Amino acid sequence: MSKFQIFSKGILKENPALVLILGMCPTLGVTTSAINGLGMGVATMFVVVLSNIIISLIKNIIPNNVHIPAYIVVIASLVTILQLVMEAYVPALYDSLGLFIPLIVVNCLVLGRAEAFANKNNAIDSALDGLGMGLGFTLALTVLGAAREMLGSGSIFGLKFIEGDGIIGFVLAPGAFLVLGLLIAGANLLSKKIYKKEE
Amino acid sequence: MEYLLIIISAIFVNNVVLAKFLGICPFIGVSNKVKTAIGMSGAVAFVMVIATLVTFYIQKLLDMYHIEFMQTITFILVIASLVQMVEIVLKKVSPALYQSLGIFLPLITTNCTVLGVAILAVSEPAYGAAEAAVFALANALGYGLALVIFAGLREQLELAEVPSAMKGVPIAFITAGILALAFMGFSGLC
Repeated sequence: MSKFQIFSKGILKENPALVLILGMCPTLGVTTSAINGLGMGVATMFVVVLSNIIISLIKNIIPNNVHIPAYIVVIASLVTILQLVMEAYVPALYDSLGLFIPLIVVNCLVLGRAEAFANKNNAIDSALDGLGMGLGFTLALTVLGAAREMLGSGSIFGLKFIEGDGIIGFVLAPGAFLVLGLLIAGANLLSKKIYKKEE
Repeated sequence: MEYLLIIISAIFVNNVVLAKFLGICPFIGVSNKVKTAIGMSGAVAFVMVIATLVTFYIQKLLDMYHIEFMQTITFILVIASLVQMVEIVLKKVSPALYQSLGIFLPLITTNCTVLGVAILAVSEPAYGAAEAAVFALANALGYGLALVIFAGLREQLELAEVPSAMKGVPIAFITAGILALAFMGFSGLC
């Protein structure tokens, strides 16, 4: 695989949220607005890139029996750093993402990439993989957040384009499931079309 | 009365899956059959109550030494080792229970309901140890309820004709959305 393929596969072909169906909890939980989706995506990207780099560097010194706990410690430390940084510099976003920031530790996306990619590849490839996956995740969350925000409160990135309230259900729990279901179906259709052409 | 409030609120009003979005991966992943859904929710209930009780006292320790920022790391390590321990003890003490819960136990470490509920329980200042345990149990019951209902729906869904792009995960999410809509009827209950 070329470097570009490693990087780009996370964006559509193996999009973590829409194709691999990883990291669903934050995907559904925080995407009440586009900005929250973007923030969560970038936060996850930070963790997945750094954890991929660190794990690919230390993979040879970790005994195989304890590799999962060791990875979890690396990821949890990165998440703690992220928590402290976000609390200091973007307190508003930190508050609105709330519980889902510590829960990045158990986001299957991060551990999944460590297990599936970083422990078999070198640091540069792992960084590219993490970056691509992080971008794909960010993209999916931002689109989902934007769709819910537009339908639910008639605004996008906080800019109101419709007077009054939107369909409140889309900001609440049911809307998250409905919009994500439709988004995954859309991604299915899109990737089918693209890969039919390639064949 | 207060316990009753915690229980009803955690099971129906703020259902852990359908309102708080925790544990979605197993919710979508292992909810094809009612039987596996029951097994999974049993294992979650078991681990969640123990984990919440243990982390409740660990939070007291963290507070005592003013190292609250270590919360995420300590909690996840405690939960991971707890799951291992539960597995070992269960294997020895009750092989029958181990047989039925066994395959689900390792999955629980990365099930965010356990960590999520543990963090929620300690961040509620009014909760003592007993309230925290009841809170965890009620959340586990809510999780089980959502999982079992959803598994029943999906068993029916397999027979339905679904557009090809919507097959599998997308239609599962739409179904979950409708289920969440139904659960919203409980809001305002307490």
